[in-house]
Amino acid sequence: MNDNKILDAVERYIRGEMKPDERLQFENLRKTNSEIDELVVEHTLFLQQLNHFGERRSLRHTLNEIHVDLTESGKIDSMKLKGKAKVVYIWNRYKRVTAIAASIAGITAITISALLWSIAGKSPKNGDFEILSDQIRKLENRSNKTETELKNVKTTITRSQNTYTAGGTGFVIDVKGYLVTNAHVVASASNIAVQNNRGDYVATVVYIDRAKDIAILKIVDENFKPYTSIPYAISKNSGQLAENIFTLGYPRNEIVYGQGYLSAKTGYNGDTLSCQIDIAANHGNSGSPILNKNGEVIGILNGRQANTVGFAFAIHGKNIFSALEDLKKDSSYQKVKLNTRSSISGMDRTEQVKRVQDYIYMVKVN
Amino acid sequence: MKPENNEKELLIGFAASDRKAVEKIYSDNFNMVQSLIINNNGSADDARDIFQETMIVLFEKLRAGGFELNCLIKTFVYSVARRLWLKRLQQQNRYSSPGDSMADVVQVEEDLEAHEQRNAEFDMMERAINNLGEPCKSLLEAYYLQKQNMQVIAAKFGYTNADNAKNQKYKCLMRLKKIFFTDYKNGKSDE
Repeated sequence: MNDNKILDAVERYIRGEMKPDERLQFENLRKTNSEIDELVVEHTLFLQQLNHFGERRSLRHTLNEIHVDLTESGKIDSMKLKGKAKVVYIWNRYKRVTAIAASIAGITAITISALLWSIAGKSPKNGDFEILSDQIRKLENRSNKTETELKNVKTTITRSQNTYTAGGTGFVIDVKGYLVTNAHVVASASNIAVQNNRGDYVATVVYIDRAKDIAILKIVDENFKPYTSIPYAISKNSGQLAENIFTLGYPRNEIVYGQGYLSAKTGYNGDTLSCQIDIAANHGNSGSPILNKNGEVIGILNGRQANTVGFAFAIHGKNIFSALEDLKKDSSYQKVKLNTRSSISGMDRTEQVKRVQDYIYMVKVN
Repeated sequence: MKPENNEKELLIGFAASDRKAVEKIYSDNFNMVQSLIINNNGSADDARDIFQETMIVLFEKLRAGGFELNCLIKTFVYSVARRLWLKRLQQQNRYSSPGDSMADVVQVEEDLEAHEQRNAEFDMMERAINNLGEPCKSLLEAYYLQKQNMQVIAAKFGYTNADNAKNQKYKCLMRLKKIFFTDYKNGKSDE
């Protein structure tokens, strides 16, 4: 019997299609041959899984059909949210917005009318003078009150704007607070902050290239103190196949170390701007540096196509050089300089990581 | 007919994928779930999603546990939909606690755990099948899911005879098993 026939017999056995004597024979074979026995167990599980899959898929299909049928025949009221349901839905969704809008409108209305009254009140008629001045005082009080209220509203609004969400990772390329990250991390951000053990700073985008997926940020926070030097180098070298690499990034609220190897010289769909690396990564790793054993940055991790299989793509380090060339066309960025000599070459990995981690930031956006 | 018998028949019909039974349960319960979701910050699309997932939970429970429910269909559907929706709200950080219009909610944690396990397995099988490519994908689906016999399949896919089709099916099956089990065993060891 070849494998094909064996599996066929196993399937007929599982489905109960064997005749009694054939079945007896097969059961004996199963008892004496552990490989066959294992195959039966494994294949039973597999067919069960396949069956579940098929059942659920056809159930989903049926449910969708029924949904459409029942909606068309009017037995359920769906799709078009009508009447009360729609009002409730919209009200629920926009409750908060409506409340804020209403209070702002209210305050504005009061302020304007207060202003109008106080201006009109400045030309009093003789007899009514005292009453009017009294009224003006009252109005002044009221407008003061609304003013402070408005201020309160304003501060709560600006405060709520400052709730950032973690977007990715960035790393320092110049001591004065220039960082590199992925363009897609900051592309739709209105505010950017970067954070690590050293502190939490506001930053702005000074350069963005969506095609290469590179962005350069500058820390613009007055609390930021420039670094004296950068431990790692930025390399134009695109790395060797199978070369060991490591990365540090913020896939979560904590800096996370990962190591792997360069697995292909081109990236997603043969993209020559990037390379493929085997390393555990997810979206928060976007913008993490890819370092080789000498402490040279050979790429920027691009988490956009990261998946669970364990490989990811990295943009070649030389793209940082070309991005910087572009940036320098603006005269105010003439002095930005990339470090090309690594000071952590030859150290062991724990020491390298210790020196590098202060230069890696979580990039937060809102 | 007593209402209890009626319910039981419906459930048996549902487990056997009888379209009439599915339709009846659908039309009896959909509006209830829809108003639950719309009153708790959801849209009509959310309602449809959640309701259909609830139906799948019910279906799988029946298939696994002998067609028995120890409460009314309505109560079970409401309890499951409510948990599923709360979970989705939490995932989107839009927590709101639904005011319980119906006080009787039953414990469905175990059913949902089993459901999540099945979800993961379903995704694995789906990925494995999609990774297979044609003609393997259609060939295996025709045989194992649509249960067509080998002669029909051979004619449909242009094989000269059923044995050739069988050979091809065998090769495809081995590939599918390999892809699926790699994923399956990884998934188990991650837990």
